[in-house]
Amino acid sequence: MPSINDYLVLSAILFAIGTAGVFVRRNLITILLSIEIMLNAVNLTFVAFGRAFGAPEGQIIVFFVMTVAAAEAAVGLAIVIGLFRHRESLDPDTFTSLKW
Amino acid sequence: MLLLIPLIPFVGFLVNASFGRRLSKAASGAIACGVMIASFVLSLAAVVQLVRVSPLASALVARVFTWITSGDFSVGFTLRLDSLASVMILVITGIGSLIHIYSTAYMHEETDSEFARYFSYLNLFAAFMLVLVLGSNFLVMFVGWEGVGLCSYLLVGFWFRKKSAADAGKKAFIVNRVGDFGFILGVLMVFLRFGSLDFQEVARSASALSPETTFGAVSLMTLLLFIGATGKSAQIPLYVWLPDAMEGPTPVSALIHAATMVTAGVYMIGRNAVLFSHAPQTLTIVAIIGAATALMAGTIGLVQNDIKRVLAYSTVSQLGYMFLAMGVGAFASGIFHLYTHAFFKALLFLGSGAVIHALGGEQDMRRMGGLKNALPITYWTFVIGAVAISGVPGFAGFFSKDEILARTFASGHRVLWIVGLFTALLTAVYMFRVVFLTFHGPRAPEPARPEHPEEEEPAAHASHAGPSHASHLHDAPPAMAFALIALAIGSVVAGYAGLGGRFEHFLAPSFGVETGGVVFEGVSEGVLTGASIVTAFLGIAIAAWYFLQHRSSADALARRFSGVHRLLTNKYYVDEIYDAAIVQPIHIVSEEGLWQIVDVKMIDGAVNGVADTVGGGSAILRRLQTGSVRAYAASLFAGVVLILGFYLWR
Repeated sequence: MPSINDYLVLSAILFAIGTAGVFVRRNLITILLSIEIMLNAVNLTFVAFGRAFGAPEGQIIVFFVMTVAAAEAAVGLAIVIGLFRHRESLDPDTFTSLKW
Repeated sequence: MLLLIPLIPFVGFLVNASFGRRLSKAASGAIACGVMIASFVLSLAAVVQLVRVSPLASALVARVFTWITSGDFSVGFTLRLDSLASVMILVITGIGSLIHIYSTAYMHEETDSEFARYFSYLNLFAAFMLVLVLGSNFLVMFVGWEGVGLCSYLLVGFWFRKKSAADAGKKAFIVNRVGDFGFILGVLMVFLRFGSLDFQEVARSASALSPETTFGAVSLMTLLLFIGATGKSAQIPLYVWLPDAMEGPTPVSALIHAATMVTAGVYMIGRNAVLFSHAPQTLTIVAIIGAATALMAGTIGLVQNDIKRVLAYSTVSQLGYMFLAMGVGAFASGIFHLYTHAFFKALLFLGSGAVIHALGGEQDMRRMGGLKNALPITYWTFVIGAVAISGVPGFAGFFSKDEILARTFASGHRVLWIVGLFTALLTAVYMFRVVFLTFHGPRAPEPARPEHPEEEEPAAHASHAGPSHASHLHDAPPAMAFALIALAIGSVVAGYAGLGGRFEHFLAPSFGVETGGVVFEGVSEGVLTGASIVTAFLGIAIAAWYFLQHRSSADALARRFSGVHRLLTNKYYVDEIYDAAIVQPIHIVSEEGLWQIVDVKMIDGAVNGVADTVGGGSAILRRLQTGSVRAYAASLFAGVVLILGFYLWR
């Protein structure tokens, strides 16, 4: 029976992977995926705590996060497609029009 | 009733200023003249009431409202009519009315709105002057004092589209401001010393003092007040605005020179006779300045060629006489001269206006001449005015001028008496020079085109006898002729009011000073009078010799003393000296110091410095905006780590 610490460690690892993905990868779609990983790492924490303390709020809030994540993925992909149509690129480093 | 005297012209001003645009010339002229005549009638009624009902020592007082109350200090907007003020209001409204009537014809060529604007200013001028003379304390007087300064600015610069007129208006205003500054300081000193601004109370407090033998507080305050008077009444060193004020319409010159404005300073000294007589040293200064001004302006008047300028310097000179009289303590004589001078100077100005009008704007006497037959009314009235100012016996100027000279002699100022007598000679010479150059001699060649575009509009003379062309000269139209004749009569008879000391007796309660009987040491009054008469006729004879019969010898004289002539023609270079000594330094300080350093470097520098600092700072900070999404994300992450770390490891 894994203890709460194990869940938290896993969650931290997942979050670190997601963060690293956001920083390291140069493809917007991969970055979106990394963000999803980070969200799910947080979800895991919520669920773990909810179970450990017997509190239903931890489970409930995960549904909210998942809904928001789904919406975010839809909007994010739409933006990515729009960007790609304009710039023929998915590398975030090339999108610097807002630079000084 | 007293309030109505200044209020009625003020209402006239309001009407003409508000609705003048829509009124016809006849209507706005009638309103302006009507209010002045109404004010004159009221003044007459008030004076009759004063003389008949009240005993001589008292006065009519109208307390309109309490103006300022602060602690036990209280200033009321109070009007007070005593004998001195009654002389003044009769002069202002009486001669003012005639000038208004004259103006309806003189200004007829202006457009409707300009015409109304002119008359609104004229009414306002009269209203302020009436406030000035009726005010029972310094503060109310100051309202009128500043008001006439404003109106002189408006009227001198009436033709403001002409640069010289606009400049002259500014000059009049600024020079007056210098004097007003002295006046304000004087009033403050009076208040500090006596704790009151009411003329009566100040006089009462002052009469308790003994006259100052050394230069003390009373001398200083009277001197400051006198500086104010030199500004308004065009004395050395602040007389320079008056000759330039000739840029205004001629009736305005008449109004400024005769009935209003320049008399304010003389009146103010007369009003504070008690105060001034307690400062003998100031009085000496007043007398010396007066005599010096009279002489200086008289000599300048000898060589000027602009008919109005000669009259302007003549006014300065005659005002010098008035101050001379004030300075030797002959307050009544000074006011008497003010009163007679109002008649003949208004007459002379209006006469010169009629000449200028007839010649379509020509003011240079060298291009006049031989107008005697063409303009009979103007000629004869002008001659009466010239005779009166020259001091020929039987005419108004003789009585007052002779009295001033006699008083000066009696007071022991022999040098000032000689200066005065010599100026009387000069007066006769330059006045008859004007008469002979303008009306006698050969008709000058066709005058050059007039300088006043306003006065040469084609339709201008439609209402008059003929076109403005010089070969079809027309004499003064009825309204102008009426004013001229009325003033000519005044110039003859006004002087008889002073016979047997009646005028002085009438004024005595206002001054509250014992002027005492005139003591003549060694010389009888008859001899002095004889000297005045001889001087007057001598002056006329000199003028006749040089300017009627031997004009070439006058030119020869001018050539022989070309240095003196040039000095006089250039008015002793006083304007140039003031320009170099005051105007240019101010200009340089303003431009080099205030503008280039204070304004550009300090004020603009502070404003621009703030902007530059912000701009520079943002130039550095904007480098943070890399535009790289990952950099933003990294900073976000770093921030989160820092904040969390702070709370976790605290």
